Amino acid sequence: MAEREQRRRPASRSDESDAEEIDAANTGEELKAELDDLLDEIDGVLESNAEEFVKNYVQKGGE
Amino acid sequence: MAVHKVLGIETEFGILHRNDGESNPVAASSMIINAYVNGFLERRIGWDFEDEHPGVDARGFNEFDALAPEIETHLVNAVLTNGARYYVDHAHPELSTPECTDAKQCTIYDRAAEEILIRSMEKANELLPDGEELVIHKNNSDGKGNSYGCHENYLVDRAVPFGRIVQQIMPFFISRQIFCGAGKVGSEAPGLTHADVPFQITQRADFFEEEVGLETTLKRPIVNTRDEPHADSKKYRRLHVIVGDANMSEVQTYLKLGTTAIVLAMIDDDMAPNDCAFETPVKTLREISYDVDLEMSHRLLNGQRASALDVLWAYYAAAQLWSDRYGFEVVGGDDIGNDILRQWHDVLSALESDPDSLTDSIDWIAKRRLYEGFQQRHNLEWSDPRMAALDLQYHDLRPDKGLARRIGLTRVSTDEQVDNAIGNPPPTTRAYFRGRCLERYPDAIVAANWDSMVFDVGSDPLRRVPMLEPLRGTEVHVANLLDECDNAAELLRRLGT
Repeated sequence: MAEREQRRRPASRSDESDAEEIDAANTGEELKAELDDLLDEIDGVLESNAEEFVKNYVQKGGE
Repeated sequence: MAVHKVLGIETEFGILHRNDGESNPVAASSMIINAYVNGFLERRIGWDFEDEHPGVDARGFNEFDALAPEIETHLVNAVLTNGARYYVDHAHPELSTPECTDAKQCTIYDRAAEEILIRSMEKANELLPDGEELVIHKNNSDGKGNSYGCHENYLVDRAVPFGRIVQQIMPFFISRQIFCGAGKVGSEAPGLTHADVPFQITQRADFFEEEVGLETTLKRPIVNTRDEPHADSKKYRRLHVIVGDANMSEVQTYLKLGTTAIVLAMIDDDMAPNDCAFETPVKTLREISYDVDLEMSHRLLNGQRASALDVLWAYYAAAQLWSDRYGFEVVGGDDIGNDILRQWHDVLSALESDPDSLTDSIDWIAKRRLYEGFQQRHNLEWSDPRMAALDLQYHDLRPDKGLARRIGLTRVSTDEQVDNAIGNPPPTTRAYFRGRCLERYPDAIVAANWDSMVFDVGSDPLRRVPMLEPLRGTEVHVANLLDECDNAAELLRRLGT
């Protein structure tokens, strides 16, 4: 993005930001395990006939 | 000085009647609302259409070929004791939150709206024959080219030229998608396939075709000009915002409302950025929605280029200057204002440096992680129906099916606050008067709408109590009065109407 204009990033006025540095190595493994658990759970609750459900999901335009 | 940013959200929910040969979405929506009204409320109070003028255009003229929205007076329509309006709009159940005075309060009422829909759905399903089921989704599209809205409303100063609002809010609306988007598999814009757009940031960008206009159902505009203040029209406008998604993430609802309220206050006070207008707004709206890696820059009218992040940083910097000068009173006070600014800063920083850190607070980022994991696990293309099913199920409000509630999204509200908001009005706006009157004098109220209530106290003619000031009729103003009046006749006598 060579042409992208670089704007000055205003700093936050809060003391809290940047306070929490996360241990990247640990969270990487944890996040993956957490995602696997979530995907297991999703496999369990996903509509059994996905194709049919999607096909029948027709809405009228609104607003 | 800006007027207080009184705000609210109206959401049209997706509805599906399963195992029904001839599905009628209007009947299904009515069933949902009737189930709630009959199951949970003492008495139904109808909506009063006396002051509805959705065809009035903020630009001061009605376009010859513009389609004014129709008012559907014959459909189910109820007012709730929390001050909300719950009704059938077109073919959807819709809930408008009561008027709120800050983004956090409104986020609580938005979550309460979800709970009301869940209770309605469960109650309705108890009444349906075995094998039939009504399913509600908090989303904005069926994936087949049909869209329905999640609209925000903000009180703005009538004295501010509408042209300035249009010019200064449009770049913000186009850019805010990157922290407001609910995410969507594929595209519903004509001619685009999953190969072109496998996944995008918003549900709604595909459906916008105009920059400015009155319509909401076709040729949707980025800035909607409906001029129907539901308040004193000499003092106020209500900016009716149609360019947003219904979010499952409370953090997003909070940020969307909070940052937009601040930007509109800046526009009232003429302190919003003036140099961020995109050269091709409609095209840029879509480009930003399709740019999930946040890599693109876009040409501005002034010849420079800027990314969505660049524009949002410019608005953030202006918001700092504005708040130094005016404080946060008109967006709900210092605590909330400082919190919005801090979160605004943090979300932009995270989008810039580490978007995946936002999987617990931004729907489209949470979805992307989930969907990519699901794809890898099952070796699926984006065009596989299971991906579309997953994308619907994220928004499914059935507690045993919905995905969004399972993934640990950060809350803004507490369960206690939401429980309270289901039945009680916000104490800080006229919704307090509306909700408390409905609770105390249900038999004497014939109808209610945003800016008035109609009472029937027996032999006299019906009496209308106007409520043209959104910040009058609050708990501070009328709590004692309502406590002291045992019946509506006494209330009206004391009010002097």
